[in-house]
Amino acid sequence: MLGLPGIPDVLDLGDAMILAGLPTAHLLVLEITPAGRAALHLPRLEVGQGLTTAIAMLVADELDAELTDVDVPLSDGRPELLFNQLTGGSNSVRSLYDPVRAAAAAARARLVTAAAHRWNVPASGLRTAGSAVLAPDGRRLGFGELAADAASVVVPAVPATPKPADQRRLVGRPTGRIDARDIVTGRAEYAGDLQIPGAAPTVVARPTTVNGTLKSLDASVARAMPGVLAVVQIPSGVAVLAETFDQALKARDALRTTWTPGPVADLSDADVRAKLRAAHAPFLLPPLLTPYLDGEFDFAFVNHAPMEVLTAVADVRPGRAELWFAAQSPIIAQQTIAAELGLPQSAVTVHVVRGGGSFGRRLFFDAALEAAQISKAAGRPVKLMWTRNDDMRHGRMRPASHHRIRATYGLGQVLTWEHRAATVRTDLSHGLGEALTGAGFNLSVAGISLAQAFFLLTEKNPYNVGIPTQLLAELPLQLHTGSWRSVYSGTVRVADEIMMDELARRMGQDEVAFRRARLRDAAGRALLDTVAKAGDWGRPMPAGQAQGVGYHEENGGRVAYLVELDATDRANPRVIKAVIAADVGQVINPRGLEAQLTGALSDGISVILLAGNHLDNGTFREGSYADFHYARQRNTPPTVEIHLMPPSGAPGGAGELGVPAASAAVANAYARATGTSPRSFPINF
Amino acid sequence: MPTHTFVLNGRSVTVDAPDDMPLLWVLRDKLGVTGPKYGCGVGVCRACTSHLDGQEFQPCTHSVKDCAGRTVTTIEGLADGDTLHPVQEAWIDCDVAQCGFCQPGQIMTAVALLRRTPDPTDADIDQIQNICRCGSYPRIREAIKRAASGGNP
Ligand code: FES
Ligand code: FES
Repeated sequence: MLGLPGIPDVLDLGDAMILAGLPTAHLLVLEITPAGRAALHLPRLEVGQGLTTAIAMLVADELDAELTDVDVPLSDGRPELLFNQLTGGSNSVRSLYDPVRAAAAAARARLVTAAAHRWNVPASGLRTAGSAVLAPDGRRLGFGELAADAASVVVPAVPATPKPADQRRLVGRPTGRIDARDIVTGRAEYAGDLQIPGAAPTVVARPTTVNGTLKSLDASVARAMPGVLAVVQIPSGVAVLAETFDQALKARDALRTTWTPGPVADLSDADVRAKLRAAHAPFLLPPLLTPYLDGEFDFAFVNHAPMEVLTAVADVRPGRAELWFAAQSPIIAQQTIAAELGLPQSAVTVHVVRGGGSFGRRLFFDAALEAAQISKAAGRPVKLMWTRNDDMRHGRMRPASHHRIRATYGLGQVLTWEHRAATVRTDLSHGLGEALTGAGFNLSVAGISLAQAFFLLTEKNPYNVGIPTQLLAELPLQLHTGSWRSVYSGTVRVADEIMMDELARRMGQDEVAFRRARLRDAAGRALLDTVAKAGDWGRPMPAGQAQGVGYHEENGGRVAYLVELDATDRANPRVIKAVIAADVGQVINPRGLEAQLTGALSDGISVILLAGNHLDNGTFREGSYADFHYARQRNTPPTVEIHLMPPSGAPGGAGELGVPAASAAVANAYARATGTSPRSFPINF
Repeated sequence: MPTHTFVLNGRSVTVDAPDDMPLLWVLRDKLGVTGPKYGCGVGVCRACTSHLDGQEFQPCTHSVKDCAGRTVTTIEGLADGDTLHPVQEAWIDCDVAQCGFCQPGQIMTAVALLRRTPDPTDADIDQIQNICRCGSYPRIREAIKRAASGGNP
């Protein structure tokens, strides 16, 4: 609990976001069509987390509909939802579990009531199954046939309460994605695949350094090139519109531009690291008579690099605008774009399109804002694409961070645990602050920044380690940053878990037993036991190979990873096996949860061993996956074993949960395999 | 503007395009064939992977001129009408996709691999260069093995 003035006592960020969304949580739209389909209009974004499938399962269970009869289209931006259309904080299932079931249960009650009227029988004798209402005498009415009548039922004649868990057919059963067929046939549409009439393929020439500005432009050659439709200037660069992306890209190359260096043009990685080291608050406890262990850790900038580059279609006309893009925060996007265009918010429509990955990137609508500016300036619809290079060089990053940890110990106990984190400031201006205010947070009374509130809500040490203190120091730099899957935990908790291993060894204890003896949560101890047993913890390994563990809990979920790593070739270490155990309370779709845990493993392998971004004189060095080394097939283990604990209680969040534990397990295995103490990540950078 | 004729997903198509236009943009912007995805434009992410005369290739680094007179198959041309290719079936059975954006390219790569190597080892699968930023790699491996064994895991 936080215990700060002006801050409600909530357990975590997810609770805060649910609190913020509560007043509008019931404004879900569930539509039964005359064709018998049930459509739950989802005020969230699908980016690969399998949310639409989980929601379809909840709807199908409560309605007694076939899963194949349920659609989950993504809602346009709906400003009346206030804080309840923000996809983030691993919060979607947690926040929608009750409202979706309530909406579906209410719809079912109305369908039953409509059938009862039609047949003139008591509603209490009717049942539902297979997308139909059934009478005891064998009569049957499909939901589609009842849709119109059901819509006019005001007071249902049967209770509209969700089913008890033991009457559900789907929730908790491994279920394939509802959009799998569309994906494997190439029919699934992302923003760049939409055929919006007249939308011109568009790219933007960008400065040579981050946040540089245009000094001079000669577009005469570019304008005369085949297929070029227009060249327009926007605050972030020079846009080229053409008939095809190839022509737009070639004309962009032909622009003659000079740029004024940006505000960080004299900064490189070494400078950032030095500034971070200088930003720390000092430790409270100087080591006097007690033994202590210190550790310092550096984490590099990391691009989100979602597979689908940022893409947005915009059609800005006098008096109105329409946009299509993968939006995690469509309401804030709509407000911001309306203000930018000088239009009332109601004149801007944001269509939310499925995204090709996000990892936090699509909390920001950078491409949509630019597309709106370009469409307005050029007077025609545009389809703006950031190239991979654009997003690597000018996109957002997980901020670089530095961590200083000091643990004191004595008589077999950990006495104190101080963690000082310094990070380049994380841009959180995507509606989170508004949501926290909506949830009753008064940050000015508490005297802390939004980032500090986020840090306090998310960073918890799960162990009994005396008195843990954690402080965040922020380094404001004019770079583009953003939340990266698991946010602060992706570095803070990883550093803590590495220190847990080192402290265990220092105190002569086994790394798993050391954690187990200190973990406060019994469910977490069960996970450690599970991976230790299933992964045969402590088994003899050949020289150059080792096991490593990591544990994390957040957002109502907990997880342990045990990996085996082969570091015989230090330049190419490989995780060869992973055993994962997770407990996230009520699981909706175990297949989906396993996918998230597996993806988090890839992230952990990448950020610890391989993937990061260098800042060189105000520009990021990496330009594509050729030098930003996100894991490929050869970097990931052929064997991944996942153990899910039996469902219990309410659903926890799972989308981000795995990253800190997986990262820590990889780092710990590398340390044990090599006998080194890795301090800077990624290790091979 | 020069015209180029090639077979695309079983039909002959003719397009007007500069010789050096990468096939990816001919497919996506001129022909409306959007299954092959842009992920880098320089041949390293493999999201655009399709087949040229039955072999895997990256349309982002092949000009339309080089494809003239040849046979191009994209993800849209893999199934036989409503009957999916066994690799597509394996992808559904193993529930491989997360965001799905890399998957057309992954599937086309897997189909080409299985043509060359009907019973691939883990080491063969490790050679696949396609990025999956969502990290669906273990399920990709499982699906390839499933397809190789005729649908039995
Ligand atoms: S787009 Fe990346 S390889 Fe073609
Ligand atoms: S499924 Fe998202 S990139 Fe592969």
